[in-house]
Amino acid sequence: MTGLFGYWTVIATLAIGLYIMIAHGNLVKKVIGLNVVQTAVILFYVSFGKVHGGTAPILDERFEIYSNPLPHVLMLTAIVVGVATTAVALALIVRIWESYGSIEEDDIVRAELVE
Amino acid sequence: MTDWLHLVLLIALVVVALDLARLRDLFAAAMLTGFFSLLCAVYYTIVDAVDVAFTEAAVGAGLSTVLMLGALSLLDERVETGRVRNRIGALSAALAVAAMMLYATPDMPAYGDPTSPVNQPDRPAWRYVHQSGKEIGVPNIVTSVLASYRGYDTLGETNVIFTAGLAVYALLAGVRRKRGQDAE
Amino acid sequence: MQSDVVLRVVSKFLIPFILLFAFYVQFHGDFSPGGGFQAGVILAAGIILYALVFGVAASFRIVPMRATQIGAAIGVMIYGGTGVVSLLRGARYLDYNALAHDPVHGQHLGIFMVELGVGIGVASTMLWLFYSFTSHKLRRDGQS
Repeated sequence: MTGLFGYWTVIATLAIGLYIMIAHGNLVKKVIGLNVVQTAVILFYVSFGKVHGGTAPILDERFEIYSNPLPHVLMLTAIVVGVATTAVALALIVRIWESYGSIEEDDIVRAELVE
Repeated sequence: MTDWLHLVLLIALVVVALDLARLRDLFAAAMLTGFFSLLCAVYYTIVDAVDVAFTEAAVGAGLSTVLMLGALSLLDERVETGRVRNRIGALSAALAVAAMMLYATPDMPAYGDPTSPVNQPDRPAWRYVHQSGKEIGVPNIVTSVLASYRGYDTLGETNVIFTAGLAVYALLAGVRRKRGQDAE
Repeated sequence: MQSDVVLRVVSKFLIPFILLFAFYVQFHGDFSPGGGFQAGVILAAGIILYALVFGVAASFRIVPMRATQIGAAIGVMIYGGTGVVSLLRGARYLDYNALAHDPVHGQHLGIFMVELGVGIGVASTMLWLFYSFTSHKLRRDGQS
């Protein structure tokens, strides 16, 4: 049972992130939801790289078993790319706020309809 | 002992995520994402992903919080209106995804299983762990995979980061000067 | 920008160590956790801390906006250029074995160059992102 607990956490985090993204009209909140989903995916990858009795993947004569380095590499770059794309999203939100005076989704849709 | 720490950390992660969904103050939510990242970094250290933990602590808890606060200081709206649209639809969509994934979990390898498919000798990771000492001669396997075995991948990621920098600059500095929107 | 004396003194004390740590992470990344991505972010964080405490104008004097743009481009070019060098030496793109007489030395050299490119690129881009947001704020506040 405990072997699958990590997956359940990932699922719960992902579902919460998805809920934030769909339910909240505020664009900043949507970006936060997106970050939560991203973190859930990273958690998923990193947790299946773990090997029982293994250690961090840095070669040393005293150790035989290492955790799987491949998910670490993929997620390491994903985190840095994630912050860069978050910055793009925030810049878009700033421009939207300057054009519409609001970052609530329904206000923006209404302003578009009036025009 | 680590199992308990593990359990507590994962539960704390879900609780913080729930709190993020509830918070209306955007500044508080931005700060809480920093804490969320820090918890993740501790978890990554426990599952032996030290490089990922390092990155998450530096990026998630440090830089992305700063960027988010910087963007929020450009907006006048600090508190969300709390108009939640279509709560039932959102909840059912999230629950449907969760249910589908829950249905799939029993087929997944258990946590830390050394015989799981990713750890088999015919997978690339096997070569990284057992051959990189001879082929690359760098103790940190993550560095040798990142820079050498998967060099194309990292080249792409570096380009993505550069492009993101260009995009933000174009959005915030370039457009405004040309169109002269100050007249509005 | 006026900030607290304690904050100013403490950050003046801390910033050199943060920058030094960034270089340690960059060049010791082969042997311990770390590498170009982490080092770049830490370097950028150190300068952002300076900007937050002493004002953006002060940090523009040390690292101008232009420098971050050029640095971001140079980082990507160092990375891509390493691949071109291995092409010119008759190997495949980003194949470091050809960079030196002995494959392992070639790998060391290649990884060093690539990590350097990533470090410069990430540090400059992160700082550039921060500068884009803050200078936008400065420009907008100046107009109103």
